[in-house]
Amino acid sequence: MGSIDQSIHRDALPDFRNLGVILRIVCIVLLLCVFAALCQVQSWAGTFERFLEVVLPVQPALLLSLGALWAASDWLRRRPYREGILLVALLELGIAALVHAGLAWIMPDLALGGLERHGVLALAATSLVLYYFHLRSRALSPALTEARLQALQARIRPHFLFNSINAVLSLIRLQPRRAEVALEDMAELFRVLMADNRELSTLAREVELTRQYLNLEQLRLGARLRVEWHVDNMPGDALIPPLVLQPLVENAVYHGIEPCTGPGVISINVYKSPRGEIHLVLRNPYRRDGAHHAGNKMALGNIRERLSLHFDAEAGLRSTVSENTYQVHIVMPYRTAAVAAAPVAEALA
Amino acid sequence: MSACASTLRVAIVDDEAPARSRMHDLLEDCAPDLRVQVIGEAANGRDLLELLQREPADVVLLDIRMPEMDGIEAAQHLHKLARRPAVIFTTAFDAYALKAFELHAVDYLVKPIRLQRLQDALSRVHAHSGPGIELLQQLQSQARRHLSVQERGKLILVPVDKILFLRAELKYVTIRTAERDYLLEESLTRLEEEFAERFVRIHRSCLVAREHIDRFERVAEESGWRVLLRGLNERLPVSRRQQHVIREFARV
Repeated sequence: MGSIDQSIHRDALPDFRNLGVILRIVCIVLLLCVFAALCQVQSWAGTFERFLEVVLPVQPALLLSLGALWAASDWLRRRPYREGILLVALLELGIAALVHAGLAWIMPDLALGGLERHGVLALAATSLVLYYFHLRSRALSPALTEARLQALQARIRPHFLFNSINAVLSLIRLQPRRAEVALEDMAELFRVLMADNRELSTLAREVELTRQYLNLEQLRLGARLRVEWHVDNMPGDALIPPLVLQPLVENAVYHGIEPCTGPGVISINVYKSPRGEIHLVLRNPYRRDGAHHAGNKMALGNIRERLSLHFDAEAGLRSTVSENTYQVHIVMPYRTAAVAAAPVAEALA
Repeated sequence: MSACASTLRVAIVDDEAPARSRMHDLLEDCAPDLRVQVIGEAANGRDLLELLQREPADVVLLDIRMPEMDGIEAAQHLHKLARRPAVIFTTAFDAYALKAFELHAVDYLVKPIRLQRLQDALSRVHAHSGPGIELLQQLQSQARRHLSVQERGKLILVPVDKILFLRAELKYVTIRTAERDYLLEESLTRLEEEFAERFVRIHRSCLVAREHIDRFERVAEESGWRVLLRGLNERLPVSRRQQHVIREFARV
């Protein structure tokens, strides 16, 4: 599956285990109920009561559907798209029938209406939801093809490239061995920068890449740059969009270290929380009067966008400024290659 | 040209040690064609100005992006030196500045620097070559960190964050820090524009540093206001026209 040309858009069912997808489904269905109530009643007070009546049969059906789809998600997504749609529709019809029968049994005096009406409404809601996800994946797919390009654009300031080459040149005569290592680091860095960055990378690779990058910066900045790594408890196999950590560290060097004459510390903290989320916390010294903040915002926006492309609402990026520290905190779900083998285009939904 | 006959005295300014050592190597390589003597190295503009007071130079190879004082600001202060060296800017990448240098035929070198380009630039050098003060002011992307004043032939740098207030007096502007006064030959209006974030005008002829404002005081007999600055005994009058400043300050 890995070699599929993802520039051609492929229709796929959404990932029903993704929190963002689940929330979207709930929102759409509840909004439909609100509209239904609005259409039927003329007063606001009545609308709410009517809404409760409408929601009564919908709620259990919705919960059952979410549960069933969650359980069948992987299996459904392995089918061809059309077959998957058909299966989801059948599933929803079944659930509608089940709920209809259950409600009739629990509350016999409730005016439920015929089974066929419930079936039609369930199908209508299902097609609306699926159509929404279809449109959404269409809308996001050019963004995905662009993600690679963006990753490149956001990365590596020419400033860094040329200064590093200059630093290596300075080593060649007196310390040829150090120059060799520096060039190797640089080659490795650019190999990743120029790779196809749509696929997820692993945390261990990302950390290694960042170390190589920092080796080069150390060469230029010497004692001015101090790095504290706290990555002993990090799950190295966790999947992460490539070039998330390195650009952030590059920002930290550019805005936090280079504008100062004295030594500055960048601290990088990666760990897995008890709730099973990956946390990436980066701190660097902050100067109030520094310029170039527009560039920093752009890089953060780019990373935020790519995180949400891959993890939807389950990932987040927060940056905070305190007296003299700048902190970026990324939270994302813990996924490993075994769990999320599906290509990115599918994970997208 | 005179530089060829005698030895060219060069200062290297770059915040990165490897870049300085690379420049050193290149200058040594110039040897048979050009007589060059490196009179010293500096890691930022401030260090350069200090160095030049001890050791005058003919040429300064000046990096643009540096901490403490960048190359653009340093070049402006250089204009006040009695023996002003020629300036050749060096930079790894600075699209904006390079475009301006190109436009105004100012000499610059991009890092990594080729020996040939360095030799060409050095042999073209003549006294006072380098960008004019107007161009530098235009290129300056953020406010200067220092103001420079001349006293008895020496250049003194006053860090802007140490300044309590600036007051226009006849031809000069008086700079007041907690320690003492300095006389500066610049216009108050231009200073107000450049340091709009830092200083606020309280009077036709006076700018005070916002962060040093302690409080405002009403003067009973004159029905006017005065401002008190931290670390200063003097009370400065706030003109009627600028009293909106007090309201802004009270809100913060």
